[in-house]
Amino acid sequence: MSKSLLSMAMLVTLGLSACMEKPQTLGTKTDAAPFTGTGDAPAAFVNGGWKAGDKTSWEQALRTRAQAGQNDYAKTN
Amino acid sequence: MARMKFICDAERCIECNGCVTACKNEHEVPWGVNRRRVVTLNDGVPGEKSISVACMHCSDAPCMAVCPVNCFYKTDEGVVLHDKDVCIGCGYCSYACPFGAPQFPSQGTFGVRGKMDKCTFCAGGPEANGSQAEFEKYGRNRLAEGKLPACAEMCSTKALLAGDGDVVADIFRNRVLKRDKGAEVWGWGTAYGSSKAGQAPAKEGGKS
Repeated sequence: MSKSLLSMAMLVTLGLSACMEKPQTLGTKTDAAPFTGTGDAPAAFVNGGWKAGDKTSWEQALRTRAQAGQNDYAKTN
Repeated sequence: MARMKFICDAERCIECNGCVTACKNEHEVPWGVNRRRVVTLNDGVPGEKSISVACMHCSDAPCMAVCPVNCFYKTDEGVVLHDKDVCIGCGYCSYACPFGAPQFPSQGTFGVRGKMDKCTFCAGGPEANGSQAEFEKYGRNRLAEGKLPACAEMCSTKALLAGDGDVVADIFRNRVLKRDKGAEVWGWGTAYGSSKAGQAPAKEGGKS
């Protein structure tokens, strides 16, 4: 008797679980910060002068690049 | 670091479309999608001005506010990016954006409109930095390569400035002081919050 009750309960549990809604996660994936570099990807296009993972050196490299490439008043010729 | 920003110097832009070409080439953007374009104000009228327009990566981005599936996110550098795996191509961001930045390819995998595409400030998307998957969906991740956006670096007259907001604002301020005119920065007030941002200072004797 108890065996049949137990199997019945298991069947009911399984049956009801099939009616449950699948979890739906909404939102975005996390993105790696740019100062961490391009990882395992080919580094052929990576600009030198900074170390991947070092945020300070990355920021400084970008500042230097912005001044050198975009500030024509800073050029001597 | 301050926030990444664009400045377009209307006194210098010569409407060459070099920025548009650089962007399309760097990211292999398909036909019909223009992440960046050059707009001429008062075209044909003496004193016309041209400006290069793309996503300005707003401080309080309206696209982020209206997206029904929350596909946008903002990086620590202030770059507004989106996840194409989440985007449903509804077009709400296109209606909300004051710069017309969101683009929709006509041949997409999701309905007629396709998933939204826009300027990423050359910062890719949520996929691994520099990966092939990231390149195919969002284009090259130049920030992770230690570079600035291709459009600004390609600009022949250096009208388009991109980078740390403090640095580009300093470069622009220096120019304005030297030439004593053209202090207006189109779109800054809209993108970065202050109604006074990008306006010429109230002074007498200015040329602009």
